[in-house]
Amino acid sequence: MPLRPTVMALARRCLAAVAAIWLVCLPVGAQAIDKALDRLLEDSFTETLAAVDEIARSGNKNAADILEALADRRVLIDAATKTIVVKSPTGSLMDARTGAAIASEPAGLSPVRTNNRVRGAIEAAIGGLTLLSPDAAKRLAAADAVFKSRDAKALPVLDQALAREQDPAVKRALARARASVLLTDPTLGKPDLGAAVDALIDAGDAEALGLIRARLTSNTDPETRLLLQTAIDKGEQRQRTLAVAQNIWFGLSLGSVLLLAAIGLAITFGVMGVINMAHGEMVMLGAYTTFTVQELFRAYAPGAFDWSLAVALPLAFLVTGLIGIAIERGIISFLYGRPLETLLATWGVSLVLQQAVRTAYGSSNKEVGSPAFMSGTFDLFGLSIAWGRMWIILFTLVVFASLLLVLKATPLGLQMRAVTQNRRMAAAMGIRTRRIDALTFGLGSGIAGIAGVALSQIDNVSPNLGQSYIIDSFMVVVFGGVGNLWGTFVSAMFLGIANKFLEPFAGAVLAKILILVLLILFIQKRPRGLFALKGRAVEA
Amino acid sequence: MHVSRRRILAGASLLAASAFAGPAAAQDTIRVGILHSLSGTMAISETTLKDVMLMLIEEQNKKGGLLGKKLEAVVVDPASNWPLFAEKARELITAQKVSAVFGCWTSVSRKSVLPVFKELNSILFYPVQYEGEESERNVFYTGAAPNQQAIPAVDYLMSKDGGEVKRWVLAGTDYVYPRTTNKILEAYLLAKGVKKEDIMINYTPFGHSDWQTIVSDIKKFGSAGKKTAVVSTINGDANVPFYKELANAGIKATDIPVVAFSVGEEELAGVDTKNLVGHLAAWNYFQSVKSPVNDKFIASWKAFTKNPKRVTNDPMEAHVIGFEMWVKAVEKAKSVEPDKVIDAIVGVEVPNLTGGTSKMLPNHHITKPVMIGEIRADGQFDVVWQTKGLVPGDAWSDFLDGSKDLEADWVGKKCGNWNTKLNKCGS
Repeated sequence: MPLRPTVMALARRCLAAVAAIWLVCLPVGAQAIDKALDRLLEDSFTETLAAVDEIARSGNKNAADILEALADRRVLIDAATKTIVVKSPTGSLMDARTGAAIASEPAGLSPVRTNNRVRGAIEAAIGGLTLLSPDAAKRLAAADAVFKSRDAKALPVLDQALAREQDPAVKRALARARASVLLTDPTLGKPDLGAAVDALIDAGDAEALGLIRARLTSNTDPETRLLLQTAIDKGEQRQRTLAVAQNIWFGLSLGSVLLLAAIGLAITFGVMGVINMAHGEMVMLGAYTTFTVQELFRAYAPGAFDWSLAVALPLAFLVTGLIGIAIERGIISFLYGRPLETLLATWGVSLVLQQAVRTAYGSSNKEVGSPAFMSGTFDLFGLSIAWGRMWIILFTLVVFASLLLVLKATPLGLQMRAVTQNRRMAAAMGIRTRRIDALTFGLGSGIAGIAGVALSQIDNVSPNLGQSYIIDSFMVVVFGGVGNLWGTFVSAMFLGIANKFLEPFAGAVLAKILILVLLILFIQKRPRGLFALKGRAVEA
Repeated sequence: MHVSRRRILAGASLLAASAFAGPAAAQDTIRVGILHSLSGTMAISETTLKDVMLMLIEEQNKKGGLLGKKLEAVVVDPASNWPLFAEKARELITAQKVSAVFGCWTSVSRKSVLPVFKELNSILFYPVQYEGEESERNVFYTGAAPNQQAIPAVDYLMSKDGGEVKRWVLAGTDYVYPRTTNKILEAYLLAKGVKKEDIMINYTPFGHSDWQTIVSDIKKFGSAGKKTAVVSTINGDANVPFYKELANAGIKATDIPVVAFSVGEEELAGVDTKNLVGHLAAWNYFQSVKSPVNDKFIASWKAFTKNPKRVTNDPMEAHVIGFEMWVKAVEKAKSVEPDKVIDAIVGVEVPNLTGGTSKMLPNHHITKPVMIGEIRADGQFDVVWQTKGLVPGDAWSDFLDGSKDLEADWVGKKCGNWNTKLNKCGS
């Protein structure tokens, strides 16, 4: 917005005045808000509800701030002394009646309680008050609030806001809100109705479509019905296309989570042939590393919290990588060529690790926070996409690409491939195979740890975290073809998307069963998976 | 794979048991069994209950014990393994000679130990809200029956303060508790005039972690222009990703409130609750309830665990009530003999932590207040509604065919499923 601060202040004052004029033509004064504030002292939902309405209509310049604070439990009261204090998000205090700042918090204050009904009313009221706010995000929220409340009194301000809006996203939201208000008016003329319906279809979401449907059921005029029905058909067509796109997106997202969990196993199981039942616990340890790092950040550098994941990533890789090397040196290296014993031993290791974490951290879930850039959603052609999921997909791709690079383009990767393809010949060429074994296992475990950092963002961090991924991980690796990274990639994405297309029809439980059955049938037909390795490596 | 794991566990516990049972303890103490999983999936919830029992027993001993003897806690770990629950229960009763057992969380673990308690005639105190449709002579249900949690929660959502909800999503984990509860709720909603197409029922596997499709379905279901709410019987670990996805999808409590029956203060400890403000839970106890007994309990719990951040929850309160009731019944019967305690305990009244007095009923359920709480940004709950008085627990739901004619009465009729129509014991 090219407005200078003074102009903005003016606009804000204008807004208060406008709000006062269009809502009621009551004298603007201190008494109105005083009476409303007195209601808050009762701390009863009915009184608070009435107070919200009165504060919104009072025309007081602090009205929006007070209402916002009320919704956030930042309005503090003391019924005995009739004190009402508004706390700002930064912690500074203000007397609600006079607007004067208060230096220190008086004792004995308690927040005014709210419930969903009160908060809903507050959202609607703030929507009416902040439609002209200089902050685009606030205007967007206001437009959505008016869309929900469908408050006809907001129409004049809505028109005014629409006329001067520059931001296309906010403009669309305002148009949608205006159309929703118009649509509730049963006397609306046909041209206006057509325009309103067009705006709603343009918005394209299911809620807007629901409004048109509701209008259709209450309308008898055949011409209007036709107009509405055509619009609904158009909207539904769009919804269907969106549903397919959404399923693909959800599938990719699930697939990336599967891939992330399985990719470390693709190395330890796929490349080395070790059935590592403790793989899930490496993921879990990665998640706990993230938690520990975040705790340190919370304690020592709360301002840099958004960087906690960046610090946790290399640390998780190191921690789980080293534990992996220790497991390989201490246990697995004695058991090469004895898959059953390896399976049992690593299963035992997994139980030990779980219980160790349970003893050290307690059995309850740990809260891992999301940095700001990973929360919220954005709109892509009507598809609402969560930033968190988006980053996880990108992260998975980066991890996958780096792993390919390590295997294909570094000396370590070359030696790894040599050892797994023909151990004795590699040894004859001077490669220290035992060292390579340990490093390979460490790499697989380290990547599982990195996966844990990402999964801590979407799943719960508890000692059981790993268990829920171990079966899925084996499924992905076996389906993709043991020993083939690209196979793992394709199989994870395929399983993710297939799951998401089955889920809407079959339900989550049946979808999972169906996928398993299909997988078993497939393995019967092709025991080596999608992309079977050919040649001597298979026999080794 | 599972077999081998079980064998390992069973072997380990056998070793532990033989080490324990070695010197036959002289009965100069009264032994109390604690049967909660300390490892495996359910450890997350049950470990806390073991700790609270240890604290209660310690406090009772400080007060001079019971019948002039000290109480002694016997802790076993059934490791979230349902058949192992039965084995461990048998060990507690026969080898450890405990006078009463406090334990179990999931309904399937309770069902697994029932035959053992009946056969050996001992006493189990079960502290968790459950699906009802059961009343056994040897079991005392101190958690909520459906009429003490689910039905009042739905009533609240239908009221003006609750948002006058017209469309319902019943979402649950796929096992006996959610299935039975949802069956009762569906029958109740249909009886209240809700149309069939306004009810959506959805089940997910244990530990479900990818909620994208279901949350987007809920969002779509809620956009039909009628006020929509989700009634969640989702259990355990699946809750955290479910709430994370709700927040991701931008579903606010003012749009589509979610009322949960298995989410309390402990479960919320793992979630960032800033985006969940206003979602609801129905319980008989919340930590935030202001009462002198509750303040005292919270303080001693924090002191006992040496952790000022530890939270309290509803099943903990149920154990507090159950333990107090058992103590009073033993004092009344002047004996720890199960038969005498079972007869003495009905009618016993003890103060609950929310300021009322709970009473053991002839159907072996208790009276409790029902409260609806809204999640606050700090992970605690604000009580926004509560029943005027205490609600007596009803073992057999009045809204299911085949169950509405049944009554449980262990005093007059000596029967857990008395058919009032046929006037005989048994359905």
